[in-house]
Amino acid sequence: MIHSLFLINSSGDIFLEKHWKSVVSRSVCDYFFEAQERATEAENVPPVIPTPHHYLLSVYRHKIFFVAVIQTEVPPLFVIEFLHRVVDTFQDYFGVCSEPVIKDNVVVVYEVLEEMLDNGFPLATESNILKELIKPPTILRTVVNTITGSTNVGDQLPTGQLSVVPWRRTGVKYTNNEAYFDVIEEIDAIIDKSGSTITAEIQGVIDACVKLTGMPDLTLSFMNPRLLDDVSFHPCVRFKRWESERILSFIPPDGNFRLLSYHVSAQNLVAIPVYVKHNISFRDSSSLGRFEITVGPKQTMGKTIEGVTVTSQMPKGVLNMSLTPSQGTHTFDPVTKMLSWDVGKINPQKPPNLKGTMSLQAGASKPDENPTINLQFKIQQLAISGLKVNRLDMYGEKYKPFKGIKYMTKAGKFQVRT
Amino acid sequence: MSAAPAYSEDKGGSAGPGEPEYGHDPASGGIFSSDYKRHDDLKEMLDTNKDSLKLEAMKRIVAMIARGKNASDLFPAVVKNVACKNIEVKKLVYVYLVRYAEEQQDLALLSISTFQRGLKDPNQLIRASALRVLSSIRVPIIVPIMMLAIKEAASDMSPYVRKTAAHAIPKLYSLDSDQKDQLIEVIEKLLADKTTLVAGSVVMAFEEVCPERIDLIHKNYRKLCNLLIDVEEWGQVVIISMLTRYARTQFLSPTQNESLLEENAEKAFYGSEEDEAKGAGSEETAAAAPARKPYIMDPDHRLLLRNTKPLLQSRSAAVVMAVAQLYFHLAPKAEVGVIAKALVRLLRSHSEVQYVVLQNVATMSIKRRGMFEPYLKSFYIRSTDPTQIKILKLEVLTNLANETNIPTVLREFQTYIRSMDKDFVAATIQAIGRCATNIGRVRDTCLNGLVQLLSNRDELVVAESVVVIKKLLQMQPAQHGEIIKHLAKLTDNIQVPMARASILWLIGEYCEHVPRIAPDVLRKMAKSFTAEEDIVKLQVINLAAKLYLTNSKQTKLLTQYVLSLAKYDQNYDIRDRARFTRQLIVPSEQGGALSRHAKKLFLAPKPAPVLESSFKDRDHFQLGSLSHLLNAKATGYQELPDWPEEAPDPSVRNVEVPEWTKCSNREKRKEKEKPFYSDSEGESGPTESADSDPESESESDSKSSSESGSGESSSESDNEDQDEDEEKGRGSESEQSEEDGKRKTKKKKVPEGKGEASSSDEDSDSSSSTSESEMTSESEEEQLEPASWRRKTPPSSKRAPATKEISLLDLEDFTPPSVQPVSPPAIVSTSLAADLEGLTLTDSTLVPSLLSPVSCVGRQELLHRVAGEGLVVDYTFSRQPFSGDPHMVSVHIHFSNSSDTPIKGLHVGTPKLPAGISIQEFPEIESLAPGESATAVMGINFCDSTQAANFQLCTQTRQFYVSIQPPVGELMAPVFMSENEFKKEQGLQGGH
Repeated sequence: MIHSLFLINSSGDIFLEKHWKSVVSRSVCDYFFEAQERATEAENVPPVIPTPHHYLLSVYRHKIFFVAVIQTEVPPLFVIEFLHRVVDTFQDYFGVCSEPVIKDNVVVVYEVLEEMLDNGFPLATESNILKELIKPPTILRTVVNTITGSTNVGDQLPTGQLSVVPWRRTGVKYTNNEAYFDVIEEIDAIIDKSGSTITAEIQGVIDACVKLTGMPDLTLSFMNPRLLDDVSFHPCVRFKRWESERILSFIPPDGNFRLLSYHVSAQNLVAIPVYVKHNISFRDSSSLGRFEITVGPKQTMGKTIEGVTVTSQMPKGVLNMSLTPSQGTHTFDPVTKMLSWDVGKINPQKPPNLKGTMSLQAGASKPDENPTINLQFKIQQLAISGLKVNRLDMYGEKYKPFKGIKYMTKAGKFQVRT
Repeated sequence: MSAAPAYSEDKGGSAGPGEPEYGHDPASGGIFSSDYKRHDDLKEMLDTNKDSLKLEAMKRIVAMIARGKNASDLFPAVVKNVACKNIEVKKLVYVYLVRYAEEQQDLALLSISTFQRGLKDPNQLIRASALRVLSSIRVPIIVPIMMLAIKEAASDMSPYVRKTAAHAIPKLYSLDSDQKDQLIEVIEKLLADKTTLVAGSVVMAFEEVCPERIDLIHKNYRKLCNLLIDVEEWGQVVIISMLTRYARTQFLSPTQNESLLEENAEKAFYGSEEDEAKGAGSEETAAAAPARKPYIMDPDHRLLLRNTKPLLQSRSAAVVMAVAQLYFHLAPKAEVGVIAKALVRLLRSHSEVQYVVLQNVATMSIKRRGMFEPYLKSFYIRSTDPTQIKILKLEVLTNLANETNIPTVLREFQTYIRSMDKDFVAATIQAIGRCATNIGRVRDTCLNGLVQLLSNRDELVVAESVVVIKKLLQMQPAQHGEIIKHLAKLTDNIQVPMARASILWLIGEYCEHVPRIAPDVLRKMAKSFTAEEDIVKLQVINLAAKLYLTNSKQTKLLTQYVLSLAKYDQNYDIRDRARFTRQLIVPSEQGGALSRHAKKLFLAPKPAPVLESSFKDRDHFQLGSLSHLLNAKATGYQELPDWPEEAPDPSVRNVEVPEWTKCSNREKRKEKEKPFYSDSEGESGPTESADSDPESESESDSKSSSESGSGESSSESDNEDQDEDEEKGRGSESEQSEEDGKRKTKKKKVPEGKGEASSSDEDSDSSSSTSESEMTSESEEEQLEPASWRRKTPPSSKRAPATKEISLLDLEDFTPPSVQPVSPPAIVSTSLAADLEGLTLTDSTLVPSLLSPVSCVGRQELLHRVAGEGLVVDYTFSRQPFSGDPHMVSVHIHFSNSSDTPIKGLHVGTPKLPAGISIQEFPEIESLAPGESATAVMGINFCDSTQAANFQLCTQTRQFYVSIQPPVGELMAPVFMSENEFKKEQGLQGGH
């Protein structure tokens, strides 16, 4: 399976290598660099690169390429999924996953990688188990370690791997028992020039933060489970229970995890909470173009829209823009031609707008494409699909946990074509 | 937050005294002496007694390895520490050892004894890690040691050690492939393992060592199917892809029947077959159709499809893809649709995942277009997608385009054309071309659209359009003289060679449609000939030749001029072509025979090019595989075999059962079962949603049939039987062979189990699993695919005893003894029970007291608080004959009311029982006040089988479906017996 892993930063340095079988020379990465050069942009590097003796499978995250070397046939998604899991684990361990952090924690990283694969086949990928094997560095532990000389490596052997609930460690204890669930929905939409919706979908997740003592058995039920069109679960969820009763029943992992992701089908009408009015025009004759955007609320169920950001990739012909926003701040990068406008909250009485002129390359003909507008926003306390959690019950433990649920709607890939 | 301290900590570890290491980085190769010195100080640190210094040294060494620096000269100093007490030091030494052992084989041998000692350690995790490191040391000398260790570990009590053994197999195999035969033996043994922990790893080993030995799978097939859902994600992927191959060799194609039905509908598709049949006479086809046996899906085939389906809900993209490919390759056409939704979901994932998924969707969408049509909009392209994703989506959109949705697709394409990403625009134009060729209705629209693009300012766009227009015009040139004229005008402006060449070719080919313009174009081209690109020059020669043949009066001189220019061109291709053309068209003295046919040669009607997807025919690779992605065979790719003509013997998958008249039973059942699957398939439409697909329909059918009392024939009872078979097999085996030992352990275990069952952790586990099984029966009325999750319960209850059998003292694997499967031949059971009776333990369950509430020991949940709306019902087996009927087992039922209203009129309602099983109901309980509890005794005659007794528990207001499934051990009656008698019985029993 996976032979080796190379971590490569954006300037093309291999800053970490790990081999699970015989050592593969790092010169194999030259093929990768070739492909990288050809692709011009990092995201366009093909995830699978064949070389004469090996295959290079890579993922690009946090400005780092994680390149796995394999030698024989293996489902590519298997490797890609694993690499993403590695990144997630690093993030879980160190808070961020970046080159300096990995370099600083190289020993922990190495120990973790050693446990994750055996002979190239995944061994322990659940972060709960890993954390039992190798404790993540924290302030307290660092202090204690320096004083007592103890280590990050867990001295009691992990039992999680052996249990029926491999995602949960045993002997969890908290003084405050709490379980929080965040229902986060993202709207993916494409709005066309005239403002009508071409496609809109809702993708939701339920992220949980569960800190409960012992082995609690939770059930979560919804008021309207029929809304969920397509779901995928954390392995802890009992599938049969969902199939029969539409109730989520599970023994939760300890800490943060994604319980569920779901999809609300495109057949259901999606309420689009914002509108964008735009007037972007280039004129053939003059070297000036007009630019105006207004963002306003629409179907928000009385909630305010916050954290609005508008970004747009302007055509190459645009040299500069002089704009005045009615609120918020805007920047235009003349090199990348990226316009971004940080709007903030939308006041329904006074929809924010951004207005001004663009200066175009003199002499050149007008750009024939109009830029697309990408929108980011957040609405607190609202799940746009209307999904509602009915109740959360706990069995198997005596204490009364503190329970909380939060709803949020965000823009996912929200684009307005102009 | 946590990053900062970690930083400083590691500084302490690796950079404090190790500062030079960073300092020397750039020059580490160059200044050998300092390099040497640095290692000296590391050696010193490793030699000290202080763990902290050792640890620091090891950390620095590992950091060196991580950055690809050579640290091999430290080998002796490091290996010494392999037996270090400090766990972290030890782990880091392992890391080092595995990395360098190959280079320093002799020295590596020093460490072997430590691992050999570790292999004997009482702690299973230490045994496992010793095996893991030992097998990772790639030193050929120790192959025999490794072999021995693997063999031993394969029969270890702990499943975790066995898993490690499975991992070690491919390692040893890659080191020394001569061990194959021995390793296969180990694999065979581990394949029979019944724990989920081992399953994934051993199948992985199987795939690497002996993927051709499909015969090893037969006996384990059903078990693997049943375990699948509980295996960890990585194992699932491997098992699913292996089972896909297996199914292809063992079952008949589910589509063969459909292809027969559709033969008329899809004549073009099945053309060759049809032609043959036509040749033989059409009556024969009619006769042949009914002659071919109607297709009946093997129940094992169905089992695989049913057990993999829930995994489409997995969070792991790799698992979803694996199931999707399994369905694509194995499922009947009508059922493949379910995978579309899951695949579309993956499109939300990381771009790398999207990339792989889209490649596979592209292949699938060619064959099964209908499957993805409802999700057309999910493939719409966003300006923020990476180019490679855009192009793949475009491919899918093109594949999905048909008569009905083409207007929307084209409108969408229109917006793409104005994108800033020019590669993408070019691909879009190509896509439009493909739509136009595939869908005749829109050809003119597309053509017009493309012609409009010719006035686009971007040259690349224009060029691409010209190329595509050329292809389209070839299909119906006659009507498009105008477009050709328009194109001719473009030659003045357009500079892209490919486009110029295309225009010239078009004019030459259809010069009779533009008789006036063509010579003029040639004139212009002749003028600029020397400045043109090679590809254009060739087309100029071509055009000249064609014009010379059709209109020699006007173009003779021009042609000669062009040919003369070409004659002295730098490119030999062009010189060659010029010479060749001259000989052909200009009649010379020799009067070459060819020149008479020049017109035919140059102006032969040429077939229009077919614009095809590059993903066509990719499906001969197994989907989801690396080979499919690359469209080339990767090393180690296992070909997906074709369906067999004749089904191989399905009985190979039967797990042997020593006694029992099961075989005939099974046959009968199968016969009953089969038509009923095929029926439901016939009914179901192609795009059923996951909730109401044919499968679940058939399941609910089977359920209701069992309810109505005909019982036995349902698939569900079949499943149970199957599990029973396995249990039975094992039970009786243990009965006969290790009777004595078994009994002793039993004695020990009973009290132990009791203590355990009351402890909260374990209890919640086991009770939750039982409560689930109760739930299932409780909510039968909902009938949402009940059998599929019902099916899931047997493995979980079955797995527990399996592990126990091997590791009796392993607490982790402990489950209450009530599930211990022992088959109940009367004699043994009585003697065994007597044995239990003989124990002078204060075991309340053995005291014959009829209505005294038995301690909560061994209580099983019948109805959960939530499901029962406040009514909690537990049951215990009191292990005594029921007073009313000696054949009945008495079961104590404990009711307690945890709601705040009294529950009235508790009684048993209409039991639905499998044949042979009968129930003596308990007297009705009038009322149960809140907080109160009551106990009743009922008798069940399980007829010496472990089939569940299903019945309704009724209150005044509600009915709950419950089921009691007896563990075999509870079916026995106590018999008093003296020691002598016992021995006598034993003598009768034992064949040893």
